[in-house]
Amino acid sequence: MSLLGNPTVRVSGGIVLFIALVALLGPFLSPNDYLSTNFDELLSPPSFDGARFFGTDDLGRDLFVRTMLGIRVTLVVAIVASFVSLVIGVAYGAIAGFVGGRVDAAMMRVVDTLYALPFIFFVILLMVVFERNLLLIFVAIGAVNWLDMARIVRGQTLSLREREFVAAARLMGVSPARIVFRHIAPNLIGIVVVYVTLTIPQAILVESFLSFLGLGVQEPQTSLGALVDAGVNQMEGASWTLLIPGGLLALILMCFNFLGDGLRDVFDARHVS
Amino acid sequence: MSLLELEKLSIRYGNTTVVDNLGFTVGEGESVGLVGESGSGKSQTALAILGLSPRGAQVSGNIRFAGSDLAELSQRELDKLRARRIGIAFQDPSQALNPYLRVGRQLREILVRHGIAKGKDADRQVMAMLERVGLPDTERQFMAYPHQLSGGMRQRVMLASALIAQPDLLIADEPTTALDVTVQAQILDLLEEIRDNTALLLITHDLGIVAGHCERMLVLERGRLVDAGATTALFASPGHAHTRALLAAAPRIDTSDIPDAVHGKSILGVESATVSYEERGSRRLHAVSDVDLSLHVGETLAIVGESGSGKSSLVSAILGLVPMESGCVVYAGSELNGPVERRGKRQARELQLIFQDPIGALNPQMRVRSLVGEPLVVHETQLSSRQRLGRVTEALEQVGLDAGYLERFPHELSGGQAQRVAIARALILRPNVLVCDEAVAALDGSVRQQVLSLLRQVQDETGLAIIFISHDLAVVRSISHRVLVMYMGRFVEVAENDALFRHPRHPYTRALIEAVPVPDPLVPPRKAPLQGEVPSLLKPPPGCVFHPRCPLASDVCRQSCPGARDIDGTRVACHHAD
Repeated sequence: MSLLGNPTVRVSGGIVLFIALVALLGPFLSPNDYLSTNFDELLSPPSFDGARFFGTDDLGRDLFVRTMLGIRVTLVVAIVASFVSLVIGVAYGAIAGFVGGRVDAAMMRVVDTLYALPFIFFVILLMVVFERNLLLIFVAIGAVNWLDMARIVRGQTLSLREREFVAAARLMGVSPARIVFRHIAPNLIGIVVVYVTLTIPQAILVESFLSFLGLGVQEPQTSLGALVDAGVNQMEGASWTLLIPGGLLALILMCFNFLGDGLRDVFDARHVS
Repeated sequence: MSLLELEKLSIRYGNTTVVDNLGFTVGEGESVGLVGESGSGKSQTALAILGLSPRGAQVSGNIRFAGSDLAELSQRELDKLRARRIGIAFQDPSQALNPYLRVGRQLREILVRHGIAKGKDADRQVMAMLERVGLPDTERQFMAYPHQLSGGMRQRVMLASALIAQPDLLIADEPTTALDVTVQAQILDLLEEIRDNTALLLITHDLGIVAGHCERMLVLERGRLVDAGATTALFASPGHAHTRALLAAAPRIDTSDIPDAVHGKSILGVESATVSYEERGSRRLHAVSDVDLSLHVGETLAIVGESGSGKSSLVSAILGLVPMESGCVVYAGSELNGPVERRGKRQARELQLIFQDPIGALNPQMRVRSLVGEPLVVHETQLSSRQRLGRVTEALEQVGLDAGYLERFPHELSGGQAQRVAIARALILRPNVLVCDEAVAALDGSVRQQVLSLLRQVQDETGLAIIFISHDLAVVRSISHRVLVMYMGRFVEVAENDALFRHPRHPYTRALIEAVPVPDPLVPPRKAPLQGEVPSLLKPPPGCVFHPRCPLASDVCRQSCPGARDIDGTRVACHHAD
């Protein structure tokens, strides 16, 4: 397969993997931990002394370890939320598209209605009414993103259903279940994979946004969005507290976007040629 | 001096050479046919002459037009030359015409931009041109958008735009390939009529068209010119093996080499089948109205008719892919009802279909081994995977593909190979009835011959009954035992092959046969037998639906729909048949 032959996929995928790996192992290798404060070293700049690679924050906590922790949380939130949207969206869209007719019309009107809700306010409300916790963030973000996925999958299923190879399968006596799993689903994978890699950065953004507003993960836990929020307050004296987590957030977002683009090229090429 | 001169023209894309060292000339007023199979570089050559080669093409060699080397002209001079002295007509007018501009404005722009005429004068010239290409009601067509015209009318507009500047050379790239045969005949007539002194470079895969309309012909094979000369001479004694092969593969409607009649017992019967689709605005479109059909063991029944005649709808309904509004299908003594999913395993095993687009009928994500093996997975569950692989290999061998193809994906196959895979899949359960819906229409001549002889061989060995849908009457003549003719979803005529082609009783059948170009320069091309085009199925004419185009139409035809009658073994629906 030409997945690794595509330079965009290779480079952006490599960077994401590398960041994820460092985020996973980094904290174990560092002598510092994310909790302990050191009032002798408030807002000290990055240095190799005492392995303070990213410096410390206003409470003297080690920013390297905290950033790695933030990346973990951000990636986990993004991936779990995308997975939630993937499962709901694909199942909903494929059913609507394959069954068609009135069922399809009714199901898609539900999606249209949900689209009309201002979701960010909705999510903020949820956060305020219920206690803040990580699970709620997963659910909230997933619930926003599955709508797009459902529409895309439904459209694709509708057009696949009319293709001649599906008619050929029907004539051969292939059961509807086998048609869905053997003939329609494999042809959906391309577009779904591409779309998931494009939802991940969206989920990351929503999570960062919520954390930036102070509605995301709770201290002393942290995420990239929360770190950026804290960094903004120290921007003038200690720019690294903003630039490092902000820069990493931008890098991760960019890599996922490029990864999506690259994957789309790879899958498109297979369909065109 | 020749008008157009090509010398050592080569076109490359990266390492692939699509046109190799090509040289030929077109004299003033001459008509030259450029023939070859798909991928032989015909269209690439045309685009290079026009300076329109796609990005990435490396073009070398000399192209001289009326003495000047095209490579030395500036972009402005080239534009002017293209507009005023070279006209071009493409295969698909619906893509070559701008959908957002009224027809009249598109033509007018050519005149105005290149300073040939302006103002009222330009309008007048456009009107005159539209009238010359045979558009009825020119005032209205002037204001029409391309989508409001039928395919034939659009191609007429295309020709009008190619010829309005009175060019010295017209390049026509497969100008009639997308059209029905009766309309094709009209366009070819028109081309002859309005060409005057314009030289013609006609690109086509159809040797019948070359034989009737070109003085000289050039034969391309994989980018190389293999044969060139006067059409009559080349047809009489082709110089190159490839030309011989092309000629041998061109089916002739006037052949006498047809299959012998067979006398099997009836296996499939259809009575008064009617199929209709709901259109927007709750109107119903009757694609098939009250058609009977019977098919015998070991027989090939061809269904012919122009597009919109309901051929495909009829077989889709027979197979249960679309619902039948009324009528019944009887297969081997039992009735088949409802959608295919409810018809049980028997139909799924014994009735098979082959589609026109071979690649589209194969799941792009499956390898050949699982594509061909799928019917076995569904119906012969007792087979071990090794036995299944054995059967698959056997089925592929039968269609002339070796085991090397097992692991390929559909996009790694050529059109001919993909169609063979589709045939292998259809035949692996040893069906009794095979429906071929334009199964060879997308294939090149030589590949088409191979697929047809494969079908014939399977039929001889197994007594397979075949329904063969085709718009190509020459192919039908060479393969079928009986022929059913349809028009606008109605039954027209059914007869034995020889009877139908020698003594067509319905005027529509006669017109269809006459409209087919014969690949023989000694047979003079006939005038288009039918004028006009197929009316909309949403508004069928009253009485006999064929009467507006029928040369024999009389009052009775306008008032009452003819029933089917038997005359000497031919069943025909016409008031005037005898």
